[in-house]
Amino acid sequence: MTTSATLRQFKLPDVGEGLTEGEILQWLVAVGDTVTVNQPLCEVETAKAAVELPSPYAGTVTELLFEAGTMVDVGTPIITIDTSGGSVPAAAAAPPDAAQDAEPAAGLIGGPAPGGRTSVLVGYGPRNTEARRRPRRAEAPAEPEPMATRADHPPLLITAPDAETKPVRHGGLEVGRQAEAHALRGDAAPADGAPHGRGRLRPLAKPPVRKYAKDLGVDLSALTGSGPGGVITRADVDAAASGSASDLALRGTVGTGSPSPAGGEQRIPIRGVRKHTAAAMVASAFTAPHVTEFLTIDVTRMMKLRARLAARPELAGMKISPLLFVAKALLLAARRHPMVNSSWDEAAQEIVVKDYVNLGIAAATPRGLVVPNVKDAGRMSLAELAGALAQLTETARAGKTAPEDMAGGTITITNVGVFGVDTGTPILNPGESAILAFGAIREMPWVHKGKIRPRQVTQLALSFDHRIIDGELGSRFLADIGALLSDPGSALAF
Amino acid sequence: MTALRQAAEVVDPVPGAGAPHLPQQPDLIQLLTPEGERVEHPDYSLDISDDELRGLYRDLALVRRWDVEATALQRQGELGIWASLLGQEAAQVGAGRALRADDMAFPTYREHGVAWTRGVDPLQVMGLFRGVDNGGWDPAALGFNLYTIVIGAQCLHATGYAMGVQRDGAESAVLAFLGDGATSQGEVNEAMIFAASFAAPVVFFCQNNQYAISVPIERQARVPLFKRAAGFGFPGVRVDGNDVLAVLAVTRAALQAAREGQGPTFIEAFTYRMGAHTTSDDPTRYRLASELEEWKLRDPIARLKAHLSRSGIADAAFFDSVDAEGDELAARIRQGTVEMPDPEPTEMFDHVFAEQTPELAAQRAEFVEYHASFEGEK
Repeated sequence: MTTSATLRQFKLPDVGEGLTEGEILQWLVAVGDTVTVNQPLCEVETAKAAVELPSPYAGTVTELLFEAGTMVDVGTPIITIDTSGGSVPAAAAAPPDAAQDAEPAAGLIGGPAPGGRTSVLVGYGPRNTEARRRPRRAEAPAEPEPMATRADHPPLLITAPDAETKPVRHGGLEVGRQAEAHALRGDAAPADGAPHGRGRLRPLAKPPVRKYAKDLGVDLSALTGSGPGGVITRADVDAAASGSASDLALRGTVGTGSPSPAGGEQRIPIRGVRKHTAAAMVASAFTAPHVTEFLTIDVTRMMKLRARLAARPELAGMKISPLLFVAKALLLAARRHPMVNSSWDEAAQEIVVKDYVNLGIAAATPRGLVVPNVKDAGRMSLAELAGALAQLTETARAGKTAPEDMAGGTITITNVGVFGVDTGTPILNPGESAILAFGAIREMPWVHKGKIRPRQVTQLALSFDHRIIDGELGSRFLADIGALLSDPGSALAF
Repeated sequence: MTALRQAAEVVDPVPGAGAPHLPQQPDLIQLLTPEGERVEHPDYSLDISDDELRGLYRDLALVRRWDVEATALQRQGELGIWASLLGQEAAQVGAGRALRADDMAFPTYREHGVAWTRGVDPLQVMGLFRGVDNGGWDPAALGFNLYTIVIGAQCLHATGYAMGVQRDGAESAVLAFLGDGATSQGEVNEAMIFAASFAAPVVFFCQNNQYAISVPIERQARVPLFKRAAGFGFPGVRVDGNDVLAVLAVTRAALQAAREGQGPTFIEAFTYRMGAHTTSDDPTRYRLASELEEWKLRDPIARLKAHLSRSGIADAAFFDSVDAEGDELAARIRQGTVEMPDPEPTEMFDHVFAEQTPELAAQRAEFVEYHASFEGEK
């Protein structure tokens, strides 16, 4: 044999529809064997079926690239065949055929094949034995837990959990064997307690951007989109790939420009682990046991005061919004109950009570939710506060909120009323102990001075960290805010 | 007595999953026994020349060889999927050869044997399963519609076409193909009602291959399928689907009746899908090996071969030449399939309308732009 070798490799094909991998059950040829086109090379089991793979080449087997029992991804070469000396004509009829048979009835289909199967021309045929389930590969547990006991980890597909049968799926979604094993193991939740992967929304991005992100190794789920409706754009991916967005992602937003140290804090960029960090941030919000209390109040007087104040010269041109009153009331009430303006320091085993209030305002922006805060709002006059709120809102809407504007908040207001809803159960901004939701102001029938009158009514909802704030304190704080808003004159008593 | 008979009739299990006994099947029209013995039937005679018999054998063998190669090509990653006709060659070739040139056939996605008889190039069928086009043949020129993937939908198309033939005053017939599973579909029943009401020149040719993917026929039909035709008001017959001669004779007669204005006929070609539903299916999960063994004894090609050999109509040299021709065909199919170029993505806009509409042109431009965005900067 002096002919130079012409090596061809056969890649594991997708033998079903949309399969991603297959297990090589056994090799039917060995190195050195001469094979013809369509001669079965190996038996492969996929999530759908066990099939024999026929050779696309005639030649000599020079290498088997995987051992039997290996799970191989579709598209991976599995065998090398030297086709240089191949004298076997292409497309020789490999399968058993009746043509040459003197007894046609017996010969057309049949003939023993390895594995207790019958050769059915090409591929596979019925077993001569009763159907039996193949042993799963070693990584999968021999005895998967029954599905019913794992309600917290529902399978992607209803696959057969019992040992006797396997799922027969025709068409539809095929998630592959790994996902199936994954579901059976019930280990889909990351070990660090991050939220369940399937419970989260798929990040929005167009396919070209997805591919671009995949090529660059950027994890879309860690990004916040800047496109319409929060869609992740190519520019967002570029920003993430260059690292400038990595630490911003930590705070759940994308700012412009690179972050700068603010307030004497040191900012350490966390690269490559954005997903974990983001997940941990969500997890931290659930570390603090939340309690939410509700209060419905008549704010007719506040609305009247608002009209009078708007006419005052020192507030001329200012936006005197209901939010301004809520902010002012919260600041006054927080002064009376300083414990609500605190944070839990787990490491130091201390409660940090702050004598300044950095008032966070949750703002819906084209880029998603951001929570900038008004620094030292507690010392501001009503006019200063109005100016600060207006500026903060304007900056957020323009999508120009700087990272430092979002850092260091101590207590937050979320104005769900602007969306026309009555109330909600807000989740604490991480590191803070209280958040107030302010609902829509509606004209409602209300008992006023003993008679049912149309009054302007709203709802407040206060969520607080029960580790720091007891029900009594939370209730008093909320009641004070309510009293200030329903009777603004009582502010004189604070 | 009568009640007992009726009950027995109603629950008459259609053989398939259990132990089928073809010769005992009532109303099964047969002209060639599984052993290759030529028999006569009182209602269906067939006058056929030796050349035609050899031609039928050639059709069956080449269609099977094509099917074998296509299955292998799918396993080698060259086709997205393949729906094998293994075991149903006689039903398809017999029906296809019963058509006249001016007749029209409406196939499912498995009628490779019919496509062959209508002169469709196998490579055009391969292109469909490779995913490079939607079937490139000219249905009007060949009298063979494009494959229909939607189960049973082609029965409505066929009936509508037949009503058109009727209104044209033409003397041709329409052959609608369907499977046993499709008989449970609404559109199939609607098509039969319309066909009956208008006495449309359409023949419903049902290949009962015993399984609707994995569901055995007795799970969806409590009476033999051909008996359903009576409910629609036209004749139903059950023919041995593995007997190419019987299928040819019965289909010819039904098509002729349609041409003569006698309305539709339902033909149940009783056969067996020896392979998987498609290459994505594993039949070992829902049927037993013993069942396949039973059906191997009724192989459609083997019985014709036995008949030709025994009666001296064909010799070993003939069979060898057909085998050689099969290998040549397989080589041509293999090479043609592997070398098939990928289509331009914009091609899908080109054949929607005879003349491009502004809306579609705009969509096409948008699509081009979208594809361009995969590379480089936006």
